[in-house]
Amino acid sequence: MSPALAFDGVSMAFPGVKALDDVSFDVRAGSIHALMGENGAGKSTLLKILSGAYTPSGGSLALAGRPRTFGATAQALAAGIAVIYQELHLVPEMSVAENLFLGHLPQTCGLVNRRALAAAARRQLELIGEDLDPETKLGTLSLGQRQMVEIAKALTRGARIIAFDEPTSSLSDREVRRLFTIIRELRSRGCAVLYVSHRMEEIFELCDRITILRDGRHVDTADLATLTRDAVVQRMVGRKLADIYNYTPRPPAGPGLVVAGLCGPGLAEPCTFSAAAGEILGFFGLIGAGRSELLKLLFGSAEKTAGRVTFAGRALTITSPRQAIEAGIVLCPEDRKKEGIVPVRSVLENTNLSARRRQAHAGLFIHEAWEQTNARERTAQLRVKTPSVHQLIRNLSGGNQQKVILARWLSEKVNVILLDEPTRGIDVGAKSEIYTIIQDLARSGVCVIVVSSELPEVLGVSDRIAVMRQGKLAAILDRADATEEKLLKLALPLETARAS
Amino acid sequence: MSSAAAPAPRQPLAAFLDQAGMLVVLAILFAGCSVFVENFLSWRNLQGLALAVSMTGMVACTMLFCLAAGDFDLSISSVVACAGVLAAVVMNQTESITLGVAAGLGIGALVGITNGYVVAKLRINALITTLATMQIVRGFGFIISDGKAVGIGLEDFFSLGSSALFGVPTPVWITAGCFAIFGFILNRTVFGRDTLAVGGNAEAAHLAGIAVDRVKIIIFTAQGVMAAFAGIVLASRITSGQPNTSQGFELEVISACVLGGVSLTGGVGSMAFVIAGVLIMGIVQNAMNLMNVATFYQYVARGLILLAAVLFDRWKRRKQ
Repeated sequence: MSPALAFDGVSMAFPGVKALDDVSFDVRAGSIHALMGENGAGKSTLLKILSGAYTPSGGSLALAGRPRTFGATAQALAAGIAVIYQELHLVPEMSVAENLFLGHLPQTCGLVNRRALAAAARRQLELIGEDLDPETKLGTLSLGQRQMVEIAKALTRGARIIAFDEPTSSLSDREVRRLFTIIRELRSRGCAVLYVSHRMEEIFELCDRITILRDGRHVDTADLATLTRDAVVQRMVGRKLADIYNYTPRPPAGPGLVVAGLCGPGLAEPCTFSAAAGEILGFFGLIGAGRSELLKLLFGSAEKTAGRVTFAGRALTITSPRQAIEAGIVLCPEDRKKEGIVPVRSVLENTNLSARRRQAHAGLFIHEAWEQTNARERTAQLRVKTPSVHQLIRNLSGGNQQKVILARWLSEKVNVILLDEPTRGIDVGAKSEIYTIIQDLARSGVCVIVVSSELPEVLGVSDRIAVMRQGKLAAILDRADATEEKLLKLALPLETARAS
Repeated sequence: MSSAAAPAPRQPLAAFLDQAGMLVVLAILFAGCSVFVENFLSWRNLQGLALAVSMTGMVACTMLFCLAAGDFDLSISSVVACAGVLAAVVMNQTESITLGVAAGLGIGALVGITNGYVVAKLRINALITTLATMQIVRGFGFIISDGKAVGIGLEDFFSLGSSALFGVPTPVWITAGCFAIFGFILNRTVFGRDTLAVGGNAEAAHLAGIAVDRVKIIIFTAQGVMAAFAGIVLASRITSGQPNTSQGFELEVISACVLGGVSLTGGVGSMAFVIAGVLIMGIVQNAMNLMNVATFYQYVARGLILLAAVLFDRWKRRKQ
């Protein structure tokens, strides 16, 4: 029997860069097929070819043995292909039902047949076991629920090949569970599922087979049971990673950040903790546990209602990011695209965004020589891969964008650096470099606070680990005492913990 | 996510055309008009052309900042009219040029600061805010003039609009000065770079310690003062304050900026290109006048040029 989907020698050339080079592999019906590779390996390009957004410059696709070419996304949809992207393609102002049948609403004489629509929508939602009122406005749903709607939408169009692009990156743990159940359900119904993710645990838990891409080339397609995690990582990066965290213990460098009785939006009770200069304090917790909110309070981008923050014994008054930066507290935000980079400006502009105020002549006029030197030196120091500092930052990969934001803060005098999910959506190679930067920062006496949802990461980088649960600080553990099980148990809401 | 399509190394000529874009169009347009349009290259016509674009040019300077910061200002045409009328009324009553000019600039500053405050602090969309102030200020202009033109009795005041230095009209010198000053501010000051960052991503700018609200309020205030100043220069040229004047001027200014490659979503803009945009609009209009194209057709032509420019820009970006 022919495979549900076959890529046969697919190539895709953009001016000056070959995003895909002669990639061939099969995806079988009734199987979940992982697609992995570092950023820039060609995963997204492959998905875009599958969805009909790009036409390959060489090679072909075959569906159940029949070669097909798609000139437009509508043709791919009609052929039973659905690609579910990170940014969901739904209309928040419309109801769930309307979203499900967008573009082919049931009609009577050109008018929308509301009753038929609601009934059909309810049937579709039942198919995936989602108990939702079809009249609910989509915008009021959680991200996880929206993803379910997106899957139901794909099924209403009769999709047999469903591709997921990093579907769990903004889901809570429980939502991830739901999603996996449904993906397995799709498999048992004979759909071919293509699953793109950076999260190794998920891949090993969920997928049957794996295809690994590197620099646009096909490296390996294999049954996952035959591979170890290390083997997958090794194939992705093309080299062996001994210890990607580069952790080395260091003595505390002196008094640092002391937070006492901090209250504010997102925190359920006053929060008290301290982190010495030169220490790396990790914060683990589920999404919505209040970790990002805590960082925002420290950085002054959210308003605290009570509490004292001191650094090296000096009380700090921080009501805005500007004051925080002046006090040497800086934040690398969680959502790089929305809160970190200025996409239409250059690497130089993005690097100097904050520090230039202090370097300017008379505080007003740009110090041209400093701007050039600083941008060059900082980007070289952090090994940002860019053709020049004048390149627009949006043309850089996620890892390099993150390094530019770190470069922005290394241009300042930093006492405390707050890192919110510093390696989210970043490939393994760049991750390792960012871990090295974190260790270097701590060694130079900076107090580092790292928020992360990835257990191995938070265990790998931190000296101590604070766990947050439902807006409260549940516990702080030493590196030596912390294990994945302990952290997870502390992080789970109490009811759930008792139930499991 | 992972399609890190690095930009291609381009041919030097193509890269130059890409960089120079509208400057090349301007050069070709100027050369074409010089050859094919009779009287175009005469000193007298060029003087007229420069004078005709001087007002657009002045206000385009601050509009560039407004657009670069990701906002709009539609109220400028009303400010031009209202400031002219108010200056005329105050001058006639007090016999003082200084007080008249101060009153005109004052109303501009007031409108600008109101726009800025509402947009930045109350977070109302700039389009809606300035649509409202546009009508309020237009109405105010009619109220203080009772709907009629206000003739100005102080003849010394007319020299602002009608004098010339080295054969070049004063308003043209002023506009050239504005180009230089605002170009410098955009490129060489922290404020200018902050403006582009705010337009490119206001949230990221705020988290990098940039006082986003302050930047916006300053820009709107400058915009109001500049529009008022243009209105005063205009009043001086036409020796009266006209409550009806300059309707649609805001669109002319925004068109010139867009023609000059300023992004309506903010974060992108350069003074050289805005100057090119202003001149292209001016030259096309001037050439059409010289060729006796009827006014009705001129509207059509201007619209088509704007559309073509935007489509060209889109095409260029697609190609990248």
